[in-house]
Amino acid sequence: MTDEVRVPINADSDLVPARAQGRALAEGQGFSRTDATLIATAISEVARNIVVHVGRGEIVLRALDEPSRCGLEVVARDDGPGIRDVDAALGHGSSTGRGLGLGLPGARRLMDDFEVASAPGRGTTVTMVKWRVRDELELMRERRRRV
Amino acid sequence: MAVAILRQGDYLIASIRSDLTDGQLLALRDDLSERVGAQRIRGVIVDVRALDVIDSFMARSLSSIAQTARLRGAEMVIVGIQPDVAIAMVQFDLNLELLRATLDLDEALGLLDQLVTHG
Repeated sequence: MTDEVRVPINADSDLVPARAQGRALAEGQGFSRTDATLIATAISEVARNIVVHVGRGEIVLRALDEPSRCGLEVVARDDGPGIRDVDAALGHGSSTGRGLGLGLPGARRLMDDFEVASAPGRGTTVTMVKWRVRDELELMRERRRRV
Repeated sequence: MAVAILRQGDYLIASIRSDLTDGQLLALRDDLSERVGAQRIRGVIVDVRALDVIDSFMARSLSSIAQTARLRGAEMVIVGIQPDVAIAMVQFDLNLELLRATLDLDEALGLLDQLVTHG
């Protein structure tokens, strides 16, 4: 399955559809209401980072399906000036643990995988994934469907 | 209309009806602050039951609405934070101590009655 949704982020009003699309896709992937909320909140944070620091970019949401787990991947991309010190932006080694506001560290806590790729002048890409383990019942149903 | 504001005695009740943009949230802050002074309001209730996401900016904005209201002589209570929204809000290291919250409108009115001395 290659469900992919692109949401252009050019203004703060674009956060509203980004949150809604993220929640819809998460629920479609079988995430609980709570996890869908955590995902939508993390999307809101990375989308706001784009609006505040760069002004324009996009968010790509993708459903991931693996044999034992499924997930939702969120890629937030912009062509802005980039982040010189990614570790500092994530709050690593800073006494307040805050980094670039609270957005990125907060989003990282809400998701399972979290990665920032950035260099001065080369833009920033944040990739984050939330995973859901498929339980026995779900796997059994799927096997039966295939037979 | 994304937010409906109604007046009850010297209280204002702002009901958020749908997800808000940052601009709408800041406009709500300014509007409430203005009305608190102009209408001699002593208590403000912000109903957030319709919000299924409150991210760090929105949480900070709600906190700043509470702070602004207090500086204008009113107390603010938030009503109806959804359980999963509360779980998400805790993940941000925000200082939300100024935010008072209740689960429903009746409790919010009761809390305001305790906090506010009516003139």
